Amino acid sequence: MTDTLSKRSVANVPDAPSPGQTNPVCQVTGLYHQYDNHVALKDVHLNVYPGEIVAVLGPNGSGKTTLFRLLCTLMPVQRGMIKIDDVDASKSPLEARQRIGIIFQAPSLDVQLTVTENLICQGALYGLGGAALRERCDTMLRHFGLADRSDDLCKSLSGGLKRRVELAKGMLHQPSVLLLDEPSTGLDPSARMALWAELEQLATGGVAVLLTTHLMEEAERASRVMMLDAGRKVADSTPSALRDTLGSNVITIQVEDPEAAQVQLRESIELSTQIIDGRLSADLTSPEMVPRIMETVGDHLQSITVGKPELEHAFTKLTGKPFVGRAAGETS
Amino acid sequence: MSSLNIQSARTVQSSTRLSISAHYGAAWMLAKREWMRFFRQRNRVVAAIAQPVLFWALFGTGLRGSFESGGGESFSQFFLPGTVALIVLFTAIFATISVIEDRREGFMQAVLVSPIGRFPVLIGKVLGGAAIALAQAVAFLVLTYLVGAASPSSSLPALILLLAIMAIAMCSLGMIVAWPMESTQGFHAIMMLGLMPMWLLAGTFFPIASWQLAGPLEGQTWAQWILTAIMRANPLSYTVIELRRQMNPTIDIASSGFHPSSLVCWVVTLMAAGLAMVIAWRLMRTSHRVDTIV
Repeated sequence: MTDTLSKRSVANVPDAPSPGQTNPVCQVTGLYHQYDNHVALKDVHLNVYPGEIVAVLGPNGSGKTTLFRLLCTLMPVQRGMIKIDDVDASKSPLEARQRIGIIFQAPSLDVQLTVTENLICQGALYGLGGAALRERCDTMLRHFGLADRSDDLCKSLSGGLKRRVELAKGMLHQPSVLLLDEPSTGLDPSARMALWAELEQLATGGVAVLLTTHLMEEAERASRVMMLDAGRKVADSTPSALRDTLGSNVITIQVEDPEAAQVQLRESIELSTQIIDGRLSADLTSPEMVPRIMETVGDHLQSITVGKPELEHAFTKLTGKPFVGRAAGETS
Repeated sequence: MSSLNIQSARTVQSSTRLSISAHYGAAWMLAKREWMRFFRQRNRVVAAIAQPVLFWALFGTGLRGSFESGGGESFSQFFLPGTVALIVLFTAIFATISVIEDRREGFMQAVLVSPIGRFPVLIGKVLGGAAIALAQAVAFLVLTYLVGAASPSSSLPALILLLAIMAIAMCSLGMIVAWPMESTQGFHAIMMLGLMPMWLLAGTFFPIASWQLAGPLEGQTWAQWILTAIMRANPLSYTVIELRRQMNPTIDIASSGFHPSSLVCWVVTLMAAGLAMVIAWRLMRTSHRVDTIV
C-alpha cells in the first residue's frame, strides 16, 4: 500500500457518499441468511453508489460468498431486502439481473468458443441481438484491448486475458452494478494491476463496482471497505478513514515469543498490544515508547518498526481477532 | 467508456422484462453453441456414428442365419431401425452430458444468473442436441442408401419428422438425467443400466412377441411374459415400430407379434417427448442445489 494508491481511490469518491447527492444503485437492508443451523449473514446493511468501488473484506467463512450469491440472485433472500436500481431482487429477480454484471471467481467462459462467440452468446442471454449486439461486442473488444484476439479460442488465452474477457462479458449489457467475487484470484501481480486499472476506469464511467476479497492490499485500493466478520458488518468506511481511527502510527514488534512478550509489556509498562501475523502491534502514542519497549523486551527483540497503520490493524482492532484470510490469499 | 453511455443504458433497462423474442434469441444461441461445440470435437462426431455402424455390421452379419422375424426380414434389415435409434440415443445423450461439463467449466453459472430464466436454457440444450442427433441419423441413412442396405421411399419426410421427435424426446431424457448429476462418471452408470436396456427392450435387437394379460402363451415362460410386458410398456418400442414401417414399407408389420397402428405409434412418440420435456422443465425450475456450485 502506498499513499498514491489511497489518494487515487479517494479521488473517485471524495468522501463516504451522502445519500442526498445520488441514489444508491445497490441497496442491501437488514440482510440475514442461514444455512441449516449456521448463520452466515446477520443484519447486513449496505448501499453502493454509482462510481464507487466497494470492497467486501473478510476472512474465509465471514459471509462474503453468501452475500455475493444473494446479490447475484443465485439464492433466494431469506430475510431483509436487496434492491438493484430500485428493483426488488426477490420480487423480480429477472429484472434485477438485467441491471447487474457478474464476474465469478471461477471462470465462466466457454473455452471451446472464440472470444467474440463468447460475447455474442452472453449478449443473447441478456436479450441483445443483431447489429446492436455486434456493435456492442466491438466496443467491448476495443475497450478491453481484445480486438486482435477476438477470433482466438478462449482456451488459448492467458489467465489475465481470460479475466479481461470475463470483464467484457460482465459489462456487455451495460449494467449499473458490477459484482466481482475474489476477482484477482489466480492472477499474477501485473494482471492484478491491469484489472484494478480497468475497475477504476469503469467506476469513473459511473458504474458501481462491488467486489469481495480476502486480500488487504486489494481492499486498500477500493473507495470504500465493508468489513465482514462472522456474518456481521464490523466496518464500512473509506480505507483512509479506517486507518485514521487507529491513530497516526503503529508500532510493530517482532520477538521470539510474542505471547510472553505481550504479557511482559502489559505487566511492566502497562502497554496493551495485539498479535497480528505473529508480531505484536500497538498504537504509537509518544516517541519515548520505542526505547521503553526495547528495554522491557530486551534480548528477545528481533525488530521494532514504526509505520502507518494498515487495514489489517483495523480489522483486528474492530473484531479482536487476527485477520487470517491473508495467509490463505498468499498461498492461493 | 463514457458515463453517458452507461446512463443511457440504464434508462433503456428501466423498461420491463425481456421480450418473448429475446427468450427465443437466447434459446437459439444456446442451441447454436451446442452445434458449434459438437463439430469442434471431432472425436465426438466419429464416436457417435462409428459405434452403431460397427454394431450393425457385426451383429447383422453374425446373426444372419439364426434369426427369423414375423415380417420376413433378414437380421441386418431388422436391425437397421434399431441402429438408427441407437445413433439418435447416443448422440442426444452425449449432447446433453455437456450440461455437466458446462457446470464444471463454469459456463452454466453465467447462464443461470442471466435474466432469461431457465426455459430458454432447456429449449436451447434440447433443440441443439436434437439437431445434432438428427444430422447424425440422416448421415447414417444416406450411408445405408449408398451401400444399398436400404432404399429411400416416399415416406422419407415422415421418417425425418419421426426421427426429429425422437431426438427431442431423447435429449429431454438426457436433461432429466444430467441436470441433477455432478459427474460424467455417474452419467455412464445411468447410460449402461438405464438407457441401454431401454433401447434393447424396444424391439430393436429382437422382436417383441405376442402377449396376453391372462398369462404366458403356449410355449412362453413367465420370464418371457414379463419381458414382453416391459417391452410393450416402453414408449420407445412404438417409435421403433413406426421407424421400421417408414424405413421399409414393404415389410408386413401386421404379421409380427406386436403391431400397433401408425396412429398409436405417433401419438405415443409425441406424448413421450412432451412428457420428458415437462419433467425436465420441472426439474430445472425447482432445483436450487445446482445453483450453489463453485
